[in-house]
Amino acid sequence: MSNLAVLPIVIPLLAGILLAFVHKKTILVRNLAKIFTLGNTAVVAAVFYQVYQNGTIILETGGWQAPYGIVLVADLFAITLVLTTNIIGLACVFYAPKSLSAKQESFYFYTFYFLLITGVSGAFLTGDLFNLFVFFEVLLMASYALIVLGGEKVQLRESIKYVLVNLFSSILFVTTISFLYSVVGTVNMAQIAQRVQEVDQRGILTTIGILLFFVFGTKAALFPLYYWLPKPYIVPNPVVSALFGALLTKVGVYSIIRVFTLIFIHETSITHEMFIWIAGFTLVFGTIGALSTNNIKLIVAYNIIPAIGFMIMGVGIFNETAISGAIYYLVNDMIIKAALFLLVGAVTYLAGTSDLRKMSGLINQYPLLGWLLFISAFVLAGIPPFSGFIGKLLILQGGMEAEEITIVIIGLLASLLILYSVMKIFLRGFWGQKDESIKVDKKAANHFTIPIAFLMFFSVLLGIGAELFYPVVEDITNDLMNPDIYIDSVLKE
Amino acid sequence: MEIIMSIVAGVLFAAGLYNLLQKQLLRIVVGTALLSHGAHLFILTMGKLKEGAPPILDYDISEYTDPLPQALILTSIVISFGLTSLLLVLTYRAAQENDTDNMENLRGNHDE
Repeated sequence: MSNLAVLPIVIPLLAGILLAFVHKKTILVRNLAKIFTLGNTAVVAAVFYQVYQNGTIILETGGWQAPYGIVLVADLFAITLVLTTNIIGLACVFYAPKSLSAKQESFYFYTFYFLLITGVSGAFLTGDLFNLFVFFEVLLMASYALIVLGGEKVQLRESIKYVLVNLFSSILFVTTISFLYSVVGTVNMAQIAQRVQEVDQRGILTTIGILLFFVFGTKAALFPLYYWLPKPYIVPNPVVSALFGALLTKVGVYSIIRVFTLIFIHETSITHEMFIWIAGFTLVFGTIGALSTNNIKLIVAYNIIPAIGFMIMGVGIFNETAISGAIYYLVNDMIIKAALFLLVGAVTYLAGTSDLRKMSGLINQYPLLGWLLFISAFVLAGIPPFSGFIGKLLILQGGMEAEEITIVIIGLLASLLILYSVMKIFLRGFWGQKDESIKVDKKAANHFTIPIAFLMFFSVLLGIGAELFYPVVEDITNDLMNPDIYIDSVLKE
Repeated sequence: MEIIMSIVAGVLFAAGLYNLLQKQLLRIVVGTALLSHGAHLFILTMGKLKEGAPPILDYDISEYTDPLPQALILTSIVISFGLTSLLLVLTYRAAQENDTDNMENLRGNHDE
């Protein structure tokens, strides 16, 4: 029963290893990857249902009691994000065959894809800080391989920067864990949380908290630490960009939410106040970046940054409304960023360029893609019936409750500019003079449209069926705002 | 003893950071290696360097050193080993493809 918690990690790991043996047989690998992803999604959905019905599933690996062994904690928050990850993976695996070249596909793309899913699921599910580091490395290592897959000049150039920044922040992560170990003498998150509440070491623990925030902020691309993100995210294949944009930064956000609702809650006037400021700057600089360019891939890559800003704003405000808003926005943003990256990837493939100045009138050839982009712009900006609205509304409402008026105004203005930056793709690329030089490739367009429509379906459902999903978010918020629930369920007291 | 080790680790961090900010790719890789050495030394030091037997069970011994940091370091060493080898190959390929090992020249042009 409690072994259910390890399945979302083990299935993709085994799938990845298995597919490495038959990597040359492209058609077989392709179909196996689809089957495995479908199976994994079904299993994760079943686990999600179990957790929703019966509460947190805790797996003490190897039968060792909680603080001594590694625990996997499938609480509602973690399993919701794992389910979202698998839905995105499903869309990407069906999108991949057309988008990737045969050579890229046969050189272990699917193996690395499954290892990435393993790392992300593991990072969501683990209850141990050092184990979190290891799963970070699993997903980063897979991402290094995916980013250079193909080995073009720009890919090699940008991947060096990507690897270096992540390597540095990983080293810092290990150092921070060692500091925390010397203060509290454990690496189990529940026990750390318990001891942080007990020991009277406020100064040093706040320092360690901020150091951890720096590490996760680098992974999640927050204001002074976002410089590495945009360019490396646009050089690989669109599928890889979509996986990165949807999953990698969100693991950082998840870690921030987990650590700063569970462990470091003793000095919120310093840490969480700082988050609000950083979120404000992240919103401003991210939107400026998105407005500054005519490269459609770069517009979407820059749009990751203000979205992270909204979530950190929710954590910074730190009341129930804002936290539930941040969670709603996190799930919504994972799906919509994947859809947007796949969309601009399709547009680049079909129009033959990613420069907005060189394309126009695509709506004549590809109406469905155009309207999907139109809807996704609305979702991203948070226009009422769609899912981005509810998350933002809750975050801003939480901000009003906490009387943080400045940040609320910045958030609203940023939303406006985000809408403009994505609408620019629609207005300049899809409207305007019909471009006769583009040859219509209906088959490819259909192939691209189906996974995107699949993701958009979830995104719209998340907005229209908000009443269906809100109880889940409410339960998650309740767990996060009362860390004792987590601690007691892990340490069984 | 912890004070001396902390200073040594700090020096390793400083040297690593200095190398990380250089222009030559290979020096950057050396910088990351120094940084990971510093981090591993920190883990060992932060686990308290009290005297005791190596963590192998023996009935005559009552005092052991802390085994957990050693396991953590071992994990971290193999990970950074894998990363360093990846980084070395990556630098080799990037330097070959772009005909330069100078970070300044790896900026790329505006049109890409």
